[in-house]
Amino acid sequence: MDLFEYQGKSLYQKFNINHPNSKLIKNLNDLNDPINLNFPVVVKAQVQVGGRGKAGGIKVAKDINELSQYSEEILGMDIKGHKVEILLLEEASNILEEYYISFTLDRSEKKYLIMLSAKGGMDIEQVAEENPDDLVKFHVSPSEKLMSSTISELINKANLNKDHEESLSEIIKNLYLMFTEGDCDLVEVNPLAITDDGVMALDSKVSLDMNAKYKHPYFDDFEQEIPIPESEKNAKEKGLNFIKLDGSVGIIGNGAGLVMSTLDVVAENGGKAANFLDIGGGAKAETVSSALEVLEADQNVKSVLINIFGGITRCDLVAEGIIEATKGKELVWPIIIRLDGTNSLEGLEILKANPNEKIFIEESMDSAAKLAVHKGL
Amino acid sequence: MSILIDENTKVVVQGLTGREGQFHALRNRDYGTKIVAGTRPGKGGENVEGIPIFDDVEKAVSETDANVALTFVPPAFAKDAVLEAAFGGCDLIVCITEGIPAKDEAEMYDILKKETNASLLGPNCPGLISPGKANVGIMPHEITLPGNIGVVSRSGTLTYQAVHELTNLNIGQSTCIGIGGDPVPGMSFIDVIEKFQADSETEGIVMIGEIGGTAEEEAADFIKQNVTKPVVSYIAGVTAPPGKKMGHAGAIVSGNKGTAEAKIQALTDAGAIVVKTPTEIGKAMKDVING
Repeated sequence: MDLFEYQGKSLYQKFNINHPNSKLIKNLNDLNDPINLNFPVVVKAQVQVGGRGKAGGIKVAKDINELSQYSEEILGMDIKGHKVEILLLEEASNILEEYYISFTLDRSEKKYLIMLSAKGGMDIEQVAEENPDDLVKFHVSPSEKLMSSTISELINKANLNKDHEESLSEIIKNLYLMFTEGDCDLVEVNPLAITDDGVMALDSKVSLDMNAKYKHPYFDDFEQEIPIPESEKNAKEKGLNFIKLDGSVGIIGNGAGLVMSTLDVVAENGGKAANFLDIGGGAKAETVSSALEVLEADQNVKSVLINIFGGITRCDLVAEGIIEATKGKELVWPIIIRLDGTNSLEGLEILKANPNEKIFIEESMDSAAKLAVHKGL
Repeated sequence: MSILIDENTKVVVQGLTGREGQFHALRNRDYGTKIVAGTRPGKGGENVEGIPIFDDVEKAVSETDANVALTFVPPAFAKDAVLEAAFGGCDLIVCITEGIPAKDEAEMYDILKKETNASLLGPNCPGLISPGKANVGIMPHEITLPGNIGVVSRSGTLTYQAVHELTNLNIGQSTCIGIGGDPVPGMSFIDVIEKFQADSETEGIVMIGEIGGTAEEEAADFIKQNVTKPVVSYIAGVTAPPGKKMGHAGAIVSGNKGTAEAKIQALTDAGAIVVKTPTEIGKAMKDVING
């Protein structure tokens, strides 16, 4: 889960990572209270999209009047389809040098990857492409500690300012702790800056590993602050993995791979999927009826394709869910069902014992997709 | 022959007393797999449908000669369970558990690699089956047929789909393996394909990938250099909306890899036959085998 900048910075607080003094505001009345920040103050739109600076979402205010003016301008602004609801006000730093640092998992190496560069504050992807030697890459074995001597070596290799080695070392150590102990998928700081007030992390790009939610109760608080599209809210509450798309064939399947593949097969047959909906492994009857409910809310859906290959998921439970959700109901669209795998015969028996003129059973993924596209015309 | 498991495989099930563990372990046993033990701390001496329970894997191994562990324990305990199985003497650990934190997976993999000789399949995988010999995991055995095609896939349900297509055309399988789609999987496409290439009974390989990561591109490189057997491949997600990238760091690491197009191109360049839908897998393999 990608965090807002201010959420990432609240993690900086937790892990003792030096960053500018700041305050959050959600409406202009918040400015009536004393803000307790030294001017100049940077007004930063909190949106989860790149290029907010160019879009006018970041401004430097030299006094309270400018602060009010910029806050009014930026709050409510639309940046690439994202409405600005929150502003981060930060004491501006006098920047002497700007660096780049990131911590992530390198899947191919199965190790943690630290990337460090003296050329921060700019497009780091361009640096990596044009001057790869300016980006120092270092892998850490996940079962080992990051040693102070290694950090010194990295600082040296990346040509960072040696006069600040101690504070740089401290902040890198703490960022690494935040990445590992804090179960982050990504911690990216650009710029990591040397300022008049010492070494500071001026920006934050943080993504959390939600599988680790059970270890960190605050993951939940962050999650609640992140807006999700209205269309996906209902599905999320029901624990379904749902993404809205712009076609008309509603898709329900089990397993991300099979659902993705179902999207492809619908496209091969000339249709377009209305959504991606994975009921996951081991779904129960109520999971399937919730999935059908979620699709009912989408006006674009003209037909529904249920594509199940049972493994840990049992087809008889899926069939029960379909019957539960549709029995005695006037169906708004035809449902085309394909069941294979664990207990599929039992599942098909259940469907046949409860016939419905809008429910069609097909034997293969291809023929089911074809019929779903056809019925939705 | 088959790879990794056969009729002599003896399985200890971690989490046998849980609902999922019990359902699937008993299905595996009904298929003919030697499920020789289960573990559950504090429940040693009890049994589940005649399968003896031990307090830990080491005891189970010394009493029953189990060589493969099948793990169903919840995410918070999965790392410890897998390490326990490896240090307890199992050569192969098949971890079905979904939802393990990436850090736990990375640490687990690192320790296994440095301190043991055990192989890990998964986590978040459907396990593997050598048709007619043994089923270790949650794959529906009804769709399989003993034969000579090796199947390897990142996705559970798509593995079943592929196997089903082969069986429908009377093309049997030597071993079918789901490696799982987590950030740090144990065995990779390459590890499995290398074994299929070396296995005298495997005559062709089906490889199912999906968008994201670079595992398919790496496998394509390996196939180009080392594989002489025919490979039929399918990549899911051609029409899927682009996934999120892990910041600029993610973009730098993966470059232009990870898309369906890049993977299909890499596999085609490596000499694999890449089909457009999973239903074409069976026919493509049949055509290859028949020349």
